[in-house]
Amino acid sequence: MQLEYFLLLAAALFCIGIYGLITSRNAVRVLMSIELMLNAVNLNLVGFSNYLDPSNIRGQVFTIFVITVAAAEAAVGLAIVLAIYRNRNTVDMEQFNLLKW
Amino acid sequence: MNLAEGVQIVSFGILGVMMIVTALGVVLLPKIVHSAFLLAGVFISISGLYILLNADFVAAAQILVYVGAVNVLILFAIMLVNKQEDYSELPGRRLRQVSTAVVCFGLFALLGTMVLATPWSLNTTSPAVIDNTIVALGEHFFSDYLLPFELASVLLLMAMVGSIILARRDLIPESSSTPGTVTTKLTLPERPRELASLSGDSDRQ
Repeated sequence: MQLEYFLLLAAALFCIGIYGLITSRNAVRVLMSIELMLNAVNLNLVGFSNYLDPSNIRGQVFTIFVITVAAAEAAVGLAIVLAIYRNRNTVDMEQFNLLKW
Repeated sequence: MNLAEGVQIVSFGILGVMMIVTALGVVLLPKIVHSAFLLAGVFISISGLYILLNADFVAAAQILVYVGAVNVLILFAIMLVNKQEDYSELPGRRLRQVSTAVVCFGLFALLGTMVLATPWSLNTTSPAVIDNTIVALGEHFFSDYLLPFELASVLLLMAMVGSIILARRDLIPESSSTPGTVTTKLTLPERPRELASLSGDSDRQ
């Protein structure tokens, strides 16, 4: 097993996350794409921690912190989606243009 | 990892294919509930990859936090905003999707060439793998990463309070309480649902 396989897999997952983030119109799906990108970063961190720093695993510590921040982000993001849905009665991302122009 | 090399490669292939396919399903499927369930598949296969990378505690935390908490939270949000909404067709949307796909594929090609071209300084001389990662992680958390650890707890508290404040319904003043509802001591002072939907419709105009 080599490090490059894991890095390529994480890069593919990150690109899928970016594609979903830009093209999806449902706000909940945008949050799911953000979770995909955070998981790609986590996979990178754990891969580096296993192959480049196996004696003291700092990458796994950072992975735990990223998981914590991702959980907080998901809670606040879904609350924001819920509040927007209650005000605008839609979850279409194309209609959320309050701060546009 | 005390598995044979062939077993590791085969399980890596299975987990990788499962992860990519479910991630594409999350992004591309038309119904949002299906993609929410496929997101659990992505998380579980990433947890398997963590086990291949000798990170057993992170794999357990991945399943507990992502599948157990974040995915259930997303499912609850889908239930709360469940509305069959046929989106209005926008001009140039197909072009936008194609250009985004091209840009993402270009980014993947860039990252791939970077990964393959960089000479990673792998120290193959001393494969001193820690066999008890929980003890090592605990020592890190309570010695040299103590400040970020405490800040993470403060961040979680702030996120909890903020999401409660954002997601609760608006309070109504005391005078305009509707006479039909029975108010006990345990009744939360909140706007009734039909009033909320009515005012939401009026806000939209």
